[in-house]
Amino acid sequence: MGKPSDLVQGTLDLLILKTLSLEPKHGWAIAKRIQQISNEVLQVQQGSLYPALHRLEQQGWIRAKWNESETGRQAKFYSLTAGGRSQLEKEKESWKRLSAAIDVVIDSL
Amino acid sequence: MAMLMLFRRNSETARLNQELEFHLEQQIAENIESGMEPEEARLAALRLFGNPTLLREEARSSWSWNWLDGLWRDLRYGARTLLRTPAFSFIAILVMALGIGATTSLFTIVRSVLLRPLPFRDPDKLVMLYEHFRQTQFPYNVVSPADFRDWRAQTHGFEDMGAWRWWAGHISTMQGEMPEVVTGAGGSWNLFSVLGVQPVFGRTFTPDEDRFGANDVVMLTWSLFQSRFSGDKSIVGKQVRIDSKPYTVVGVLPAWFTYPDPEVKVWIPHTPVFTPEEFRPDNHWSYVIARLKDKQSGTAALKEVSALQYQIHMQNLGKPVAEDVVMRPMIEDVVQDAKTPLIVLMAAVGCMLLIACLNVSNLLVARGAARRKEVAIRGALGGSRWKLIQEQMTESLLIAMAGGALGWGLSVLATKWLATHWSDLPRADAIRVDGSVSAFAVAIVLLTALLAGLVPAISSTGKSLLGALQDSARSIGGSVSRAALRKALLTAEIALTVVLLISAGLLFKSFIHLRTSDLGCVTDNVLTMRYGLPVKKYDTPEKVLAFHEALLARVRSLPGVKAAGLISRAPGAGHESDSVFTIPEHPAQGPSMELDALTRKADPGYFSALGIPLLGGRVFDEQDTLGRTHHVIISRKFAQQFFRGEDPVGKHVKIAFSNNQEVYEIIGVVGDTISEIGQPIKATIYRSILNGDPLLDSVATMVVRAAVEPLSLAMPIQKQISALDSEMPTYKVRTMQQIVGEATASQSFSASLVLAFALLSLMLAAVGLYGVLSYLVTQRVSEIGIRMALGAQRSEVLRLVLVDGMRPVLIGLVIGLAGGAGAGMLIKSILYGTRPLDPLVFATMVVSLGLTAAIASAIPALRACRIEPTQALRAE
Repeated sequence: MGKPSDLVQGTLDLLILKTLSLEPKHGWAIAKRIQQISNEVLQVQQGSLYPALHRLEQQGWIRAKWNESETGRQAKFYSLTAGGRSQLEKEKESWKRLSAAIDVVIDSL
Repeated sequence: MAMLMLFRRNSETARLNQELEFHLEQQIAENIESGMEPEEARLAALRLFGNPTLLREEARSSWSWNWLDGLWRDLRYGARTLLRTPAFSFIAILVMALGIGATTSLFTIVRSVLLRPLPFRDPDKLVMLYEHFRQTQFPYNVVSPADFRDWRAQTHGFEDMGAWRWWAGHISTMQGEMPEVVTGAGGSWNLFSVLGVQPVFGRTFTPDEDRFGANDVVMLTWSLFQSRFSGDKSIVGKQVRIDSKPYTVVGVLPAWFTYPDPEVKVWIPHTPVFTPEEFRPDNHWSYVIARLKDKQSGTAALKEVSALQYQIHMQNLGKPVAEDVVMRPMIEDVVQDAKTPLIVLMAAVGCMLLIACLNVSNLLVARGAARRKEVAIRGALGGSRWKLIQEQMTESLLIAMAGGALGWGLSVLATKWLATHWSDLPRADAIRVDGSVSAFAVAIVLLTALLAGLVPAISSTGKSLLGALQDSARSIGGSVSRAALRKALLTAEIALTVVLLISAGLLFKSFIHLRTSDLGCVTDNVLTMRYGLPVKKYDTPEKVLAFHEALLARVRSLPGVKAAGLISRAPGAGHESDSVFTIPEHPAQGPSMELDALTRKADPGYFSALGIPLLGGRVFDEQDTLGRTHHVIISRKFAQQFFRGEDPVGKHVKIAFSNNQEVYEIIGVVGDTISEIGQPIKATIYRSILNGDPLLDSVATMVVRAAVEPLSLAMPIQKQISALDSEMPTYKVRTMQQIVGEATASQSFSASLVLAFALLSLMLAAVGLYGVLSYLVTQRVSEIGIRMALGAQRSEVLRLVLVDGMRPVLIGLVIGLAGGAGAGMLIKSILYGTRPLDPLVFATMVVSLGLTAAIASAIPALRACRIEPTQALRAE
């Protein structure tokens, strides 16, 4: 058995942005949320999650704030910026186009 | 955001750690909830988490400015490693500083002298025109002022053309002040506008001033304006006295204008320098500068002038009037003699820099070997190969930068020294460091860092990790491939050194030849000194004769003077003038340039004073004065060339010493002297200077054979001269040895510099060889120990190491000899009395390299054969 379902290249950004579109979350919660919603199919590795978060922050699509977590400990909460919101729309569009195209190819054969 | 990241890195790093820690805690908490023991929960969380350092690195790599972070870390790390081995770093930096410094210096000079355009308006359009005789080898003959006048008036292909001539050795005494000899030049009225030069004060010449009989006017160069008139601009419009004649100052030239030579202090109009009789097509004096209309028009314009010159030639058959006109860019004309030596020197420092790089490269390879384990361990811990190469390159970059900084300082000093001590270097005043020199220096630093660092960095990181880690200290024979790399570098280094050594040897031998070339006269303890009688004051032959004779009598009676004589120009002091002639006794020949001889004027005592032998007939006597006789003395070469198998004494020569050809009787034959060092002996004809012709015989060089230190006689003789005429200055007070020294200064300079570079390179090669062999011996200690334990003799061990060291030396030597032969061919044109394949030079250089190599390898070899087998084997 290989690694549990590696994320398709480039889709992690989309998933993070989508997860944050509802409410601000810290890194741990983002990973958990993706795992739950996908019924444990999508496993986000820490090794890719944190570099991705820092990259998105550098690009200005998400912003970070230190807040108290539900356990009462300081945690870094990420939230979507306006730029991030439109980026999410763009990425959603392109993902839909891509997956639809893949579906067509797969079904036709 | 991006800028903020540059300054908040520390706090950001702390937050990143906190964030990751929080994640870990959450995981632990979840594990405990699912029923694990706390300790077990922590370990499981850590396992899941993976390599936290790598994760941190990856998160950080997404930050902006991360490359700067990496560079800073590499620099810090590199500096620390270098400081740990100060001896290595010091040597490497010093080697680099020498190489970079010398290269930058030479480039500064090459750039300023050869590459930077002349400081005139549109300098690309300026060309020099010369007359060209089809029969002679030398293509660039100075132009007759009459031809220049006709060219300018009758052709229209060039935008304009101007002319100038030397007005050398003319005496200038400014009223009421100390007499001073200044070198001047005569320039046509439009010369300054052709060049695009504006006077700082006043104006340039008018067409009206540039003709015979015009009022005497003068322009001052900036240096004379400052030194003699302390920059007082009210001098413009006033009169100064030159050669006892008043000249009106019309303008002052700018400080940067030092053409054709910084020695030139005054400019007067071109035409008045001549007498009307001297405006003849066979009287060659002037340098002609023309401005092209556009860059394509040159050939057509030249054709027009050349066609006109051919007409002039046809009208003057039988006289030395050239058939053609040739042209070359003005910049080439200015730098002509300096070009080849400069390029040779540049190539030599380039070689030296390459050798320096190879040496540092070699040292780095050795270090790489010592750090092989460290590099392997870091590779195993996740350092990528690229990262490791980058780090090692940073080290060589640091060495090159430190060397470059030090070298820059050295080069500023060296350039200053070179510019002031290199006599005869054209445009020396233009030498300065500019943007392109700085860019060149930076490029050199980067290039050397790359050259020196790349090979060691790639070779030391290339080895497979496992292999390097498994390499036990006991590995017998050591890393063969690395030794091979070092030997290859060493071979290249030695080959380059041999090329340099051979070139230096050839240049040096040429210089020695020049230096010791036989002038044909006594050169020890001879003082020479020039003086000139102003035509205005000494206007009759009687006055000129009276001065010369009175002075000779006074000087000859001075204590310490063995003999004294007068000559128009001393041997070795340069070309004076030459003239064509015919021999009435010989059947008439067609017009020919073949009958041409140097003309000199001498007094009867000159030949014995300088020990020039009398080979037949007699020298001048008291009858040969004031034009009473028509007697000449010829040199041996003259007799051999024109009176083969005849006795020349009593024969006649029809020759013009001034304007008209007259018939002279040959009364004697004397030994040959050389007029220009490095040039072949030329036929020479002497007339008596005691004829006292105010135009011909008023400028003289007094030669004095001394029984004491010759320069100590300078003051007493000058006192005798001022006792005769207090306004008379003397100039060019030099011993014959000094004349020879000055004439060979430029060769001496390039030969010594190339030799210095070659010796330095030899030293570097020796250090390189020593380093490689020491390293090999250290690598093979245990092998040698085993060999000795098995019964090998010490002499065999010695041979083993020596052979190992001498192989790259021999291969390098063979390659270098071939390269040296090639280099010799390339520098053939500046060699004198030396062939490019001079066996003596080749043998000397091979022996000196062999000896140096033997010494450099003897030390490690001796160390190898002193190895105690028991100790060597126990050391493992």
